[in-house]
Amino acid sequence: MSESGYTLNEIMTVAAARLLRNGQVCFVGIGLPSAVANLARLSHAPELVLIYESGTIGAKPDVLPLSIGDGELAETADAVVAVPEIFRYWLQAGRVDIGFLGAAQIDRHANINTTVIGPYDRPKTRLPGAGGAPEIAAAAGEVFIILRQSKRTFVDQLDFITSAGHLTGGDSRARSGARGRGPQVIVTDLGILRPDPESKELVMTSLHPGVTADQARAATGWKLRVADRPEVTEPPRPEELELLRALHARTARAHGAAPAEG
Amino acid sequence: MAAIMSLREAIAENVRDGDVVAMEGFTHLIPFAAGHEVIRQGRRNLTLVRMTPDIIYDQMIGMGLANRLVFSWGGNPGVGSLHRFRDAVENGYPAPLAVEEHSHADMAARYQAGASGLPFAVLRGYVGSDLPKWNDRIRTVSCPFTGEVLAATPAINPDVAVIHAQQADKRGNVLIWGIVGIQKEAVLAARRAVVTVEEVVERFDATPNACILPHWAVSAVAVVPGGAHPSYTHGYYDRDNAFCKAWDGISRDRRKFADWMEKHVLGTRDFAGFRRSIGLAEAGAAS
Repeated sequence: MSESGYTLNEIMTVAAARLLRNGQVCFVGIGLPSAVANLARLSHAPELVLIYESGTIGAKPDVLPLSIGDGELAETADAVVAVPEIFRYWLQAGRVDIGFLGAAQIDRHANINTTVIGPYDRPKTRLPGAGGAPEIAAAAGEVFIILRQSKRTFVDQLDFITSAGHLTGGDSRARSGARGRGPQVIVTDLGILRPDPESKELVMTSLHPGVTADQARAATGWKLRVADRPEVTEPPRPEELELLRALHARTARAHGAAPAEG
Repeated sequence: MAAIMSLREAIAENVRDGDVVAMEGFTHLIPFAAGHEVIRQGRRNLTLVRMTPDIIYDQMIGMGLANRLVFSWGGNPGVGSLHRFRDAVENGYPAPLAVEEHSHADMAARYQAGASGLPFAVLRGYVGSDLPKWNDRIRTVSCPFTGEVLAATPAINPDVAVIHAQQADKRGNVLIWGIVGIQKEAVLAARRAVVTVEEVVERFDATPNACILPHWAVSAVAVVPGGAHPSYTHGYYDRDNAFCKAWDGISRDRRKFADWMEKHVLGTRDFAGFRRSIGLAEAGAAS
């Protein structure tokens, strides 16, 4: 906790939640994206539709799920469908507005690696793999990504592209056959990045209060572009913090003190 | 025609060395008891198929039962890495493990193709992903009507599917509810299917469109109360999150893992014995 009264994880989660609008359909990844989407649902976007890849449509969990298939999601959903249906009828058919993803690593064009660190056939670190992300990244109307920013996560060259962002930049994504517009916002613990309209390279357009451009550059594995006059992220309002902390407290009680992620 | 039999008999009859085995469940209803029985019976050279390999596959891989894994996401949900899986892939310990890696949408489509008797699955998948570069079973096909290029992958038809469900009736019909995942497709895609259930009931209390596997689509049903522990069974018990977290420590160290498996799985006769050995109450007992 800084003297500002909130943590960087908290401003990251709150800033990301504000991006979601009431009535949108959001395909939610587990972990940080789930915290973000539920905070949005509990605050300004009560009609936000949360879809989890386990087949729960319109889930309204009271506590954050520990896994993508917790019973809490099924019990609070409008509908629970089989896994093939969620990917084919709901995602592939174009019924999802926002795909909200986490990532182990991203590059300057917001391509995502969740597969391996090191060579694929001799990995230094074997990561969990693709899950639903390749098709979420391709088919959702747009993609939001949330992850902590460091030289380990913001890398110059990905060892593996699991899920496509803007590929090699420019119009390469448009030519790839991906239907959705791809990553439009990346929220980190330092600020917010958006792709340049032409080159599709990520530009730091907003810094959280107290974070400097040099700090963001130092936490990035490529020569980071920072907007000429980056915005300063609005700090979390007391009511936002209260909702987020209550959500994490309920979650910790339910799961036996699961670690708060944001 | 489903025969109701002991889990030991069901596994002995239906899971053979060298089989392609799909033990499915999407964080819910993971067939842990059946996995333990496969380990006890010492099956070898298995190809394991699963969308979301978790602790039970970590145990089977760590015990050296498998030489190949077909999957789309491998982890201990809400906790982190599968250390035995990583040790096999990163260091070839205790034996090298070949991986065939897909995405969830693809694995789901491949099971559907398998259940449908079709040779391959088609989906709008893998756009811009490196996965097809490393997996030559991910190819493309052009739509004969529009020319659109789509991903094509072979159907999954396991030798045997193994799932856990809430209930069977006396004829061996099986009822599943809650997050139903990919289990129905896995059973219908497989040549043989083993189902463990919490209990056998006189008749189902279910709506006509509930997820029911008719008895003649299942090879064997075994009653194993608590058989999905440490995952959960909707309507029966919650996930044992403390166990899932403890597994991280047990599985991190090769020696500790081997000792734990020896004591609690190989050293017990059945799942009830396993549950007693780790200090759990008798499952299915009135609470």
